[in-house]
Amino acid sequence: MNAVITTSRITKTYQIGEIQVHALRGIDLSVQSGEFLAIMGASGSGKSTLMNLIGCLDVPTSGRYYLDNIDVSSLTKNEYADIRNKKIGFVFQGFNLLSRTTALENVELPLFYDRSRRIKNPKQAAREALERVGLSDRMDHVPNQLSGGQQQRVAIARALVNQPSILLADEPTGNLDSRTSVEVMSVFQELNEQGITILIVTHEDDISRYAKRIIKMRDGHILDDSPIKKATSARQILEIMKEED
Amino acid sequence: MLQLSNLLKASFTSIMKNRMRSLLTSLGIIIGVSAVIVMVGIGSGSQKRIAKEISSLGNNMIIVFPAFSMRGGVSRGAGSFNRMTMEDVEAIREEATQVQYVSAVVMSAGQVVGNGNNWSTSVQGVDPEYQHIRVWEISSGEFFSDRDVRTLKKVAVLGKTVADKIFGSMDPIGQKIRIRNTPFKIIGVLKEKGQDARGQDQDDIVYAPSTTVLYRLKGDRYVNSINASAVTLESIGKAQEEIMTILRREHKIEPGQNDDFNVANQTAITEMASETSRIMTMLLGAVAAVSLVVGGIGIMNIMLVSVTERTREIGIRMSVGARGQDILTQFLLEAVVLSVTGGIIGILLSFGIALILNNWTTVNTSIGSGIVALSFTFSAAIGIFFGFYPARRAAALNPIDALRYE
Repeated sequence: MNAVITTSRITKTYQIGEIQVHALRGIDLSVQSGEFLAIMGASGSGKSTLMNLIGCLDVPTSGRYYLDNIDVSSLTKNEYADIRNKKIGFVFQGFNLLSRTTALENVELPLFYDRSRRIKNPKQAAREALERVGLSDRMDHVPNQLSGGQQQRVAIARALVNQPSILLADEPTGNLDSRTSVEVMSVFQELNEQGITILIVTHEDDISRYAKRIIKMRDGHILDDSPIKKATSARQILEIMKEED
Repeated sequence: MLQLSNLLKASFTSIMKNRMRSLLTSLGIIIGVSAVIVMVGIGSGSQKRIAKEISSLGNNMIIVFPAFSMRGGVSRGAGSFNRMTMEDVEAIREEATQVQYVSAVVMSAGQVVGNGNNWSTSVQGVDPEYQHIRVWEISSGEFFSDRDVRTLKKVAVLGKTVADKIFGSMDPIGQKIRIRNTPFKIIGVLKEKGQDARGQDQDDIVYAPSTTVLYRLKGDRYVNSINASAVTLESIGKAQEEIMTILRREHKIEPGQNDDFNVANQTAITEMASETSRIMTMLLGAVAAVSLVVGGIGIMNIMLVSVTERTREIGIRMSVGARGQDILTQFLLEAVVLSVTGGIIGILLSFGIALILNNWTTVNTSIGSGIVALSFTFSAAIGIFFGFYPARRAAALNPIDALRYE
C-alpha cells in the first residue's frame, strides 16, 4: 500500500501570552491511499490542529510531515500554497465560501490559482464537480440562496475540483441538522468509493461510524487507532429516513 | 505570480460583487478630493478677487496734492493754496527717472447733455498716461493721445455708467455730447470697473484731455492734483523724493521753507494687499490641510471597517492555494482602481460645483492644477495604503489564522 500521509513526531505549540499551549505532543500517523479516516476527540484534544497541519493551513512547531512522499515541513510559503492548491481539498465546518459569489465561481476558485493549468477548462471542471455532489441545478446561486447542506456540498465540490490526493474535512457536519449531515456523509462515502482518500474530524460518534478507520485523540496524543470492519452506509440510512417520513 | 490580466479581472469582479463597499470606499475619496478642491478653489478665488480690486486702484501710484494754506492761524484746508501747473507735470515727466507715468488731474463737474438725455457727473481732465496709472481698459474706441492734449482737442472718453445713461444701447463712439455748452466728440468708452472701496461708482466719469478741461472748460491755470506711478513697487519712495525735489525747485521753495504740496502714496494699501494675500494663503493652507485630513480619515475608516470581511476572504483564497503575492497584487489593483476612479469622479464633481458657484452665486472659485494634483495624490495614496494594508497583513498570516480572524 502507498502512504499518502506520513507524520513523524509532529508537535504544535501555541504561545498565548505567557502560557504555552501544547496542542500536539508528537503525532505519528500514516494514512494509506483510499482510506476513510475519522479523527475523534473532545474539544481541545488537538484534532483540528492536526487536521490544519495535514491540510497545510498551518505549520508544525517540530516534526516531519510527508505528503505523497514530499517533505512538506521543509517547503517555502509559496510551495506550501501550491501544495494546498494541487494536493489538498479542504472542507470547513463554517463552509468558508466567498459571499456574493455563485456556487460555480466558488468551485472554480482553486483552479484560478493553479499555475500549472493542468485543468484545461476550469468552468467545465467546476460544473462536473458540482454535478458529482448533486448540485447541477444550483450552480448560479450565491451562498445565501443555498441551504447549509447545499453550501457544504459546494465546499466539497470546491475541494474536489483540483483533483487532490486527499480530501480533508474539519467538522463538516457541525453546522448541519442530522438529515443533512447524513446526506453530506453519503457524498463523502461515494467519493471514497471512487478512490479518494478522506480524513474527517468530528466529535460525533454518529458521524465517525461512516468512516473505515477511527483515531481517537486526547491532550495532543493519539489514544486509539482502530479500523472499522464494516462501515455504516449513509445511503442506506438515508433510505430508512425517507421511509420513516 | 499569476497573469496580471487575470488578477485585474479578479479585482474588477470583486469590486462589482461588493458594490456597496466599493461605493463607500470611492465615496470617501470622492468627497475628500472634491471638498479639498472646492474649498481651496473658493479661497483662491477670493484671493484673486481681492488682488484684482486692489490693483484696479492703480499701479504703484503716487498722488501730489496742493498743500493747505494758513492765514492768521486758520487752516483753509487742502488745496486752498494751489500753485501746481501743467509745467510742473512736464518737469516731472522730463526729469524724474523713477516715475513711469505721470498725469495732471483737472477736476470739473457738470451736466453732460447728449442724445436727448442729460446726466450730472464728474468731468476730469487727464493726460493719456492716466489710463495706465489707474489701469483703465477700453471697451470700445480709444483713449485720447498726446496730440489731443497738445491741441486742446474737444474729445472725451466715457465711463460705462455715463455711456449707459446718455446713450443707452446706442454706440456712443463718434457722437457728440455737451459739457457746460462745450461740445465734445466721444472717442472711447471705458470697461466697467464697478464700485471702489468706498462704494463710489468708478464708472460714473467723463475723461477729457487735461488741457481742454483746464483752459477751455475751467479757464484756470492750476491743476487739482498730479497722479504718477513709480517704475516698481520698491521705487515708490525714490520716485516720491524725485517729485518733491522737482516741485520744490519749480516752486522756488527755499531750504527750510514748507512745501506747498503734499505727496501721498499707496504704500499703505499695497502693504495691506500683501498682508491680506499672506493671511489668505495661510488660511487656504489650513483649509486644505483640514479637508485632506478629514477626507483621509473617512477613507481610512471605510477601509478598516472592511478588514474583518477581507481577512476572511484572504483566508479562503489562501486555503485553496493562493500565494501571498497573488493576494497582494489583487488587493493592490482593487485599491488602485477604486482610488483612481474615486479621485477622477471627485475632480469632475469639484469642477461641476465650481461651475455652479461661479455662474449662479457671487462666490468666485478658482481651481489651480496644484491643489487638484495634491488632493488626488493624497486621497489616492490613503485609499491605496488602507486598501493594501489589511491585505498585506493578512497575506502574511497562516491561512488558518486569516480564516479565524475576527
